[in-house]
Amino acid sequence: MTEPVIDLQNGAVAIAGRPILRGIDLTVGSGDFVALMGANGSGKSTLVRALTGLLPLATGELRLFGTPFGAFHDWRRIGFVPQRGGAGSGVPASVWEIVASGRLTHRRLLRPLGRRDRAAIAEALEVVGLSHRAQEGVTTLSGGQQQRVLIARALAGEPDLFFLDEPTAGVDLPNQQVLADTLETLSQRGSTIVLVAHELGPMAPLIDRAVVMRDGRIAYDGPPLASAEVATAHLDGHHHHHDVPVRHDHAPHVSSLLDGAP
Amino acid sequence: MSDFIDLLGYPFMQRAIIAAVFTGLAAPAIGTYLVQRRQALMGDGIGHVAVTGVALGLLTHASPTWTAVVVAVLGAVLIEVIRERGHTNGDVALALLFYGGLAGGVLLTGLAGQSANRLNEFLFGAITTTSRTDVIVVMVLAAVIVLVCVGLAPQLFAVAQDQEFARVAGLNIRFYNVLVAVLAAVTVTVAMRTVGLLLVSALMVVPVATSQQVTRSFRSTLGAAMVLGTVASTGGLLLSAYTSNYARVAPGPTIVLVALAGFVIAWPVGVFLRSRRRLRQPFPVVEVAAHEVIDEHPHDHGRDCGHVAVEHGDHVDYVHGGHRHAVHGQHYDEH
Repeated sequence: MTEPVIDLQNGAVAIAGRPILRGIDLTVGSGDFVALMGANGSGKSTLVRALTGLLPLATGELRLFGTPFGAFHDWRRIGFVPQRGGAGSGVPASVWEIVASGRLTHRRLLRPLGRRDRAAIAEALEVVGLSHRAQEGVTTLSGGQQQRVLIARALAGEPDLFFLDEPTAGVDLPNQQVLADTLETLSQRGSTIVLVAHELGPMAPLIDRAVVMRDGRIAYDGPPLASAEVATAHLDGHHHHHDVPVRHDHAPHVSSLLDGAP
Repeated sequence: MSDFIDLLGYPFMQRAIIAAVFTGLAAPAIGTYLVQRRQALMGDGIGHVAVTGVALGLLTHASPTWTAVVVAVLGAVLIEVIRERGHTNGDVALALLFYGGLAGGVLLTGLAGQSANRLNEFLFGAITTTSRTDVIVVMVLAAVIVLVCVGLAPQLFAVAQDQEFARVAGLNIRFYNVLVAVLAAVTVTVAMRTVGLLLVSALMVVPVATSQQVTRSFRSTLGAAMVLGTVASTGGLLLSAYTSNYARVAPGPTIVLVALAGFVIAWPVGVFLRSRRRLRQPFPVVEVAAHEVIDEHPHDHGRDCGHVAVEHGDHVDYVHGGHRHAVHGQHYDEH
């Protein structure tokens, strides 16, 4: 039995004294592809921010790769793709420079980039299909391409565990497809992926497990759901349930995946 | 002209040139990070706070440079704390700090029995009265600023670009934020002798604004800003020295105006480059059901035909009178 990659027991998060997340138990095993879903304000992004340490836990215990979070310093094992809004800044930056900052977890202070760093950066750009635009200013790219740059930045650090916060929000369908292909590549390499998403779109077939948040609690934790079911997942009961009816006439692409699932 | 050459031979002028070179290198280096963080006015704010530091030095007969360093650093850290707390009216709090700093400084100078002229040296610079020790202090502090800004560039860049990402990469965000604030404060006091506290922000920000008109990457912006800053500060100093025979030309404002002149020259170039880049953005590849063929085309498109050539998938479209013409065998297609 290998150690779970993420293990959060009885987690709670309060922001400025107001309880936001309560009673979160979440265990993610190595190689899992988990989608965190739920309505706006349900706490899915807050949960990812708590899991990455950006927000402190009010109660509960978080272990990453078996290490209690307080003692966790192995940041190179984590790749974080924040919600977009930050590919540009006050000064021009090239695509390559943004992706290169993903290597920081591997670099010592005051050391130049080594050959391995450059290879990892080139490969990350290759995976997201932006090698030919490496020298361009990041703000000249479309929103979907900028999102791919941010994923390449996380990829460049060669992490084992990815957190992606709404990578497809406001991204057109062709770019969503490229993102989905990228995530499929990562998943096949054995990476663990925690994806926050409102809509899965082309990523739906990749998901192993859906966790639906509602009002700061986990309302559902089990096999993937069709998007229409996400809104009603909490109505079936108060407990996590793992056996949901596998009937999705309105979304055949999801049902075909579930039919083949064990 | 020979007067000018003679002038360059004087020790006070040589000290001034050294101070100008070091200030011109250091101020845009830290300025690039401030602009990246969208804190272009931070230097201005610290400059105001530093006025109180100078006045404290005059009042206590301590070195105004060192009291200015201490007060500016304290002010910068306080600004950083206010910013980090993310108060909705943070900019108002900053404004209070700035005006308090300036008013306090002027008041204390009066109490110290010093004339406004003495304070003016610090407000608008007095590079030609720089003493030997002043120059050494400027050199050492400027060298530290440049080394940190260039040496820690990957970390400082990442923190300014995306705080949350940098934190999950294990960087100590607060340390780097305070470091930038402290470096900005030290830069302000370094540049105090050259361009003065009220104009120091210009030397930090204007070369950056100029260089980013033509650059596409952070490293080239940083490098070009440092070169431009040095050119502006030494050029402005020499210009004011050269014209000093004919009129009273203060070096501080001259340096800032030379830097601004650089921006005025670079700006149209930037506008041109950006519009050209936009015109040449590849057209998206979309499957189209049918395409129109142009029957008679009086003109052969090609390299240097004068029409903008834009990549479109595996071929090139020529933009011609609002149309997109693509070669197809012997004729052109309307794309």
